[in-house]
Amino acid sequence: MEVISGLMQGFAVALQPMNLLWCFLGVVLGTVVGVMPGLGPPATIAMLLPLTFLMNPASAMIMLAGIYYGAKYGGSTTSILLNVPGESASVATCIDGYQMARKGRAGAALGIAAIASFIAGTVGVLGLMLIAPPLARVSLAFSSPEYFALMALGLAMVVLLAGESMVKALLATLVGLWLAGIGTDLFSQTSRFTFGRMELLSGIDFVVVAIGVFAIGEVLANMRERGGAPAIALPKGVRNLLPTMQDLKDSRFAFANGSVVGFFIGVLPGAGSTIASFISYGLEKAVSRHPEKFGHGAVEGVAAPEGANNAETGGALIPMLTLGIPGSSTTAVLLAALVLWGFKPGPLFIPENPALFWGLVASMYIGNVMLLILNLPLVPLFAQVLRAPTYVLYPLILGISVVGVYSTSGSLFDVWLLAGFGLGGYLMRKLDYPSAPLILGLVLGGAMERALRQSLMMSDGSLGILVSRPVSAVMLSLALLILLIPLFGKFNGWRLKALK
Amino acid sequence: MKARSADFWSGLVLGGLGAYIIATASQWEYLGQDGPGPGFFPLWYGIAMSALSLVLVFSSLKSQTRIDWSDAPRALAAWGAFALMCAAFKLIGFLPAFALLTFFLVAVMYRRPLKVAAAVSAGLTAGFYVLFPLALGVKLP
Repeated sequence: MEVISGLMQGFAVALQPMNLLWCFLGVVLGTVVGVMPGLGPPATIAMLLPLTFLMNPASAMIMLAGIYYGAKYGGSTTSILLNVPGESASVATCIDGYQMARKGRAGAALGIAAIASFIAGTVGVLGLMLIAPPLARVSLAFSSPEYFALMALGLAMVVLLAGESMVKALLATLVGLWLAGIGTDLFSQTSRFTFGRMELLSGIDFVVVAIGVFAIGEVLANMRERGGAPAIALPKGVRNLLPTMQDLKDSRFAFANGSVVGFFIGVLPGAGSTIASFISYGLEKAVSRHPEKFGHGAVEGVAAPEGANNAETGGALIPMLTLGIPGSSTTAVLLAALVLWGFKPGPLFIPENPALFWGLVASMYIGNVMLLILNLPLVPLFAQVLRAPTYVLYPLILGISVVGVYSTSGSLFDVWLLAGFGLGGYLMRKLDYPSAPLILGLVLGGAMERALRQSLMMSDGSLGILVSRPVSAVMLSLALLILLIPLFGKFNGWRLKALK
Repeated sequence: MKARSADFWSGLVLGGLGAYIIATASQWEYLGQDGPGPGFFPLWYGIAMSALSLVLVFSSLKSQTRIDWSDAPRALAAWGAFALMCAAFKLIGFLPAFALLTFFLVAVMYRRPLKVAAAVSAGLTAGFYVLFPLALGVKLP
């Protein structure tokens, strides 16, 4: 009853004309930010923060949250159309989304991404509404050993992302871990693998590597075609640009999988949407009756990670609002906004500010509907990008890549790194090294090392701490089991069948 | 001498990287009073990388995988042009450098008529200018 009355109160706040307008503005701005690689929601929210001092806090929160989850809807667009992941969570979407686009199914991929985002986003809000306070307390039980085990589980997904050679996939992951280790060690302030370059002291941003390896590498690999025909075939007629009933039927489990995995991983501070999207993708492939379709344009391969990415938003707001712990850079900026407006996020936040909390929850329902209505009609429009001939499309990708990287860091050194990783991406394609494990290693490497070292500090150097705690032991066992799959003939046969 | 496969050479390069990581990481503290040092994690992935590289090198000796490099000159030419564009940012800025790169790709790599190359180059450059600095306020290199 308390939830229903709270939700009624929330809708009374969110349905006020001005709040509807702010919500619409937030989701539109978020979609634009998501479509542009490199322009992340944290920077956008931070830039808009001074403007929100003139607004009612509920309206401001509704708009800023709209940017947050709106960006996740938009993030899939460039991943599917151009193989340019704008954020780390979109890398998993590239794997099958871009393959669908190459087969002339870009519209269906974009449509499924929007529908998965809507369903999972709504599930995330439901979770935020129903189980926020108890779940936040559970998440506190997650300490460094559990985080290390979660990262290890995420890394184990490399088995499912590997190409024909497991050794090459593992090597790509290790290179990703090495790249993640470049920069200043936060524990000892030692600079590692920086080759004396000041620019490397703060490490290498994943955006540089992901855009270089995926987008630039793809352009270089396709340079063999001299013709000017469109790079990707696109069917005629709007109906052919949207997902079919069969696509929706095939994605049923993926919607549920992405929603649940994304939400629960989102609740854990620091775990993030990247690990949620990869675990959800791996799980979907593992339980699929047609694993052979994954990596070649499986619609479930788009629905699961996109769903997880969006459900994570609802989950990530829980520790921020109820414990005052931000789990990502975006929630950190949102937390800063709440503090600047005079609120104290923590266990008493919801009881003390019911109008703000329930207004936010209700606005997220409304915002998700707005995003679906906004995004589905845009699918045919976005898909038109692929009608461009290769000699227009490829310079466009190269230009967007440079702008995406430069807008993130403002550093020309990063643009040079982009060129280097682009060549690396081309060589990886030629030599049959999978790219996704490299990104997975890069994204998880830093957090994994931190969690491992903190765990060992807690236990005075004993690795036993990783297996003596039940949650961590279960997750590590699962990770080990997944990693051992290739050793068992029957399962490896299944994995290789999946590749063929 | 028998030609080695691409896996052999890539295994050697990654083995070299693994050895470099081990050599560098072993100069840093492995375990200190406060727990694992900066050398702890890199040392282990360096060892794993070296071991897996060896596996790749030895397995490549058994089976030879041939790679078609016929597209490499075109890919390298495009990459060279892209790298030149990056170098030109400091001298002439993003928009002129991007216009030149687009013109090169369309006219030289795709052998389109010069008029088409000029039109694509001007159109894309204008589009970037309108969208990024003007509409979104994004700073260009």
